[in-house]
Amino acid sequence: MALMRITSPHAHGPLSTAMVMRTVLLATLPGIVALVHFFGFGVVVNILWACLVAVGCEALVLKLRKRPLGFYLNDASALVTATLLGIALPPYAPWWLIAVGVSFAIIIGKHLYGGMGYNPFNPAMLGYVVLLISFPLEMTTWGAPLGINQVGAPGLLTALQACFMPASVDIATMATPLDLLKQNDSLLIANLWTQQPVFGRWAGLGWEWVNIGFLAGGAWLLYKRIFTWHAPVTMLASLTLLAAIFYDSGSSASGGSPAFHLLSGGTMFAAFFIITDPVSSAVSNRGKLIYGAAIGALIYIIRVWGNYPDAVAFAVLLMNFVAPFIDHYTQPRTYGHSKGGGRSS
Amino acid sequence: MLADYSILLIGAILVNNFVLVQFLGLCPFMGVSNKLETAMGMSMATTFVLTLASACSYLTHTYLLQPLGLDYLKTISFILVIAVVVQFTEMVVRKSSPLLHRVLGVYLPLITTNCAVLGVALLNINREHDFLQSLFYGFGAAVGFSMVLVLFAAMRERLAVADVPEPFQGPAIGMITAGLMSLAFMGFAGLV
Repeated sequence: MALMRITSPHAHGPLSTAMVMRTVLLATLPGIVALVHFFGFGVVVNILWACLVAVGCEALVLKLRKRPLGFYLNDASALVTATLLGIALPPYAPWWLIAVGVSFAIIIGKHLYGGMGYNPFNPAMLGYVVLLISFPLEMTTWGAPLGINQVGAPGLLTALQACFMPASVDIATMATPLDLLKQNDSLLIANLWTQQPVFGRWAGLGWEWVNIGFLAGGAWLLYKRIFTWHAPVTMLASLTLLAAIFYDSGSSASGGSPAFHLLSGGTMFAAFFIITDPVSSAVSNRGKLIYGAAIGALIYIIRVWGNYPDAVAFAVLLMNFVAPFIDHYTQPRTYGHSKGGGRSS
Repeated sequence: MLADYSILLIGAILVNNFVLVQFLGLCPFMGVSNKLETAMGMSMATTFVLTLASACSYLTHTYLLQPLGLDYLKTISFILVIAVVVQFTEMVVRKSSPLLHRVLGVYLPLITTNCAVLGVALLNINREHDFLQSLFYGFGAAVGFSMVLVLFAAMRERLAVADVPEPFQGPAIGMITAGLMSLAFMGFAGLV
């Protein structure tokens, strides 16, 4: 009689790659809802079109490499990349912009390195940076924060038109708060706030709620233990610290208050959805602490002193590049071995 | 004064990084980045030579070529200066520290052909740096080169075990990675 021998662990969670990816997708919802509420349906069109292109590219590469299509498509990692990029791109972006970004992210950023689990750079941020450098005009025209129930706000049909027939519609655009703060460095912050309608209570109108939405989604992911607290917490802490040091609460040359930086642009989105990517970030907990803190610092440095208004994508790519080096020096001590890696006596 | 030098340093290390922004010194960047340890050795040797060579070529230019009106000979004389500095370094290291020589020895002759070294010497003249500025610029260039080389080596060790498609294995994926890194370095534009 053959006895089935089952080894431990006997109780395990159903945490497969596909499960993790679907949980992450679900967690982006609060942020997306806030984006739709303030900027209209553009972001939904972005995401849907990006997902379509991503699945197409993924299928193409898998076919070329003769890999099983169903298995790899099912893990939904391409959808996560596409969704994150779709959120990061300005709403009402033309279709070709999204297609270029997504196909670069999936084909070069991910599959040239061997696909899921090997990519040294975060594919979504890679696609974003390529677009930002190649098409700076299209990448910096954000829709005005009109709100979906306001008069003149673009509806779903307009959003589709703006994406697929970019010449046929005009969408009201406005500079983002980060952009405005960078360009008006001779005014007092208080003046800037009253002059410009895009500023809200703490940061940009709408932006603060988008960031709070992503914070909520991220907190839920943290609760579900999709990632550890290390990288997001140190990233937000170092960003806050730098903003607090350099903020003089008066002139806008000082780069905005800590609250402004925490709730502007892609801060929360990056903290919980980008730098927590398990593949391209540092591996050990100590490594993640360094990784997160450096990203926060780089975001502040590039935002305030660099040419680009938002710096999340650059900061993440730069630290992706440093991550293997961090890993090399933060290898946790294996139990029973001494610090040098050899066996302890 | 201090601010000027720190701007010069940050400019040479990050904003105008010699490898990833100005595309100088690509040969050792691709050639010696297969292992982290060799990359470390190479970067130490290069830092030493680059700093020394940029100072020496400045002195050669100011006190020898310019008084004699031989400005047009600067490229060839800098090559000579660099070769001499490299030889000198090798001799000193061999006599004074056999251990260091074993670590750096192989890389020292390679530095003679590193175009970043010549590039720094020529750029110093073009930008009319004075002696201290040349020294700092050379040191900054060397630190930028070393940093990028070491980080790239760590990344290539990881790439070596990745499931890269066959046509892209080895140097090909290394080149692509270097290109993507240079994209990331464009984020530093405007810092100084």
